[in-house]
Amino acid sequence: MTTPRILEVRTKILKQNDETARAMRQQFDRLGLLVVNLVSSPGTGKTSFLLETLRRLRKQGEPVAAIVGDLETDNDARRLAESGAPVRQIMTHGLCHLEADMVAQELADWNLADFHYLFIENVGNLVCPTSWDLGEHVRLALLSVTEGEDKPLKYPGLFNTADVAAITKCDLAEACEFNRDLAMANIASVRPGMTVFETSAKQGTGIDQWLAYLASRRHAECHAG
Amino acid sequence: MHELSLAMSIVQTATELARQEGAARVVNVTVRIGHLSCVHEEALRHAFTLAREKTPLADSSLTVIPVPVRIWCHTCHAEQELPSMQRFACPSCGNPSGDIRAGQEMEIESISLDDITAETTDDNTPHP
Repeated sequence: MTTPRILEVRTKILKQNDETARAMRQQFDRLGLLVVNLVSSPGTGKTSFLLETLRRLRKQGEPVAAIVGDLETDNDARRLAESGAPVRQIMTHGLCHLEADMVAQELADWNLADFHYLFIENVGNLVCPTSWDLGEHVRLALLSVTEGEDKPLKYPGLFNTADVAAITKCDLAEACEFNRDLAMANIASVRPGMTVFETSAKQGTGIDQWLAYLASRRHAECHAG
Repeated sequence: MHELSLAMSIVQTATELARQEGAARVVNVTVRIGHLSCVHEEALRHAFTLAREKTPLADSSLTVIPVPVRIWCHTCHAEQELPSMQRFACPSCGNPSGDIRAGQEMEIESISLDDITAETTDDNTPHP
């Protein structure tokens, strides 16, 4: 038996996923399609936040679409379809996150040139989705006032892969005795300088600032449209 | 349990490399895992034992090199290791910095190959 030979590899474990994601992002850029990946724990209100986002963008005359990932059921897709936007559900059947090829498969027969914005609502999970690039331009981390102010300290990995953050359910802040300043300080502690949108999908607050940010990102990232 | 997806990717990449190199077996895989990558080492090790079954990695070991989080301090003009992931600030001067230089790695650094050509083991003879 020979002595084992060491082969230097120096490659990313998720190289294949990253390559698929990069190819998708290049395609999105060419088409002028801004893609957003929403990540949070279950129950943060991703679907309500996204429903309000889709409704407002459609009211502005923007063509939008959404993909939503869940372990089981198409409940979220049906809720989001109330906005009138085309929506598709990916059921992962136990997998805790979406991967780039799942999104690529789902998009294969969509004419992406028809849209200006595509939202991907990830599986509700604060850990696993952080590792998988889905080809998005913007990753939004969501945190609700009902979850407590220390979520950013507990999940620094998520807040450090996200581009921006949103605090949701701000209409419940008082009832939950949510300490807004502490939450903002915790976000700034794990991710100095992070932009945070303070929102309530129910009351419609903070959504306009979020949409203005998306418009500026679309203008900056995409070369068409 | 995203560690199973990671372990399957590791096994897939190592299997392809072993084939390209004409090696029959992978003896060890060394990976670098950053503290910020949200990968649980024990979960990854367990997943690896499942993912390697019936592959050229069946008897392979997994070496995990943990990578601490390092930031660039724009005040000290130096790279600094973070003592805590709850506070992204320079441990020397205290100024906040989110300029991450290390700690998000999920990489295969190297693989050790048993350099017997694949052809010689087509009869599935067990290795000594």
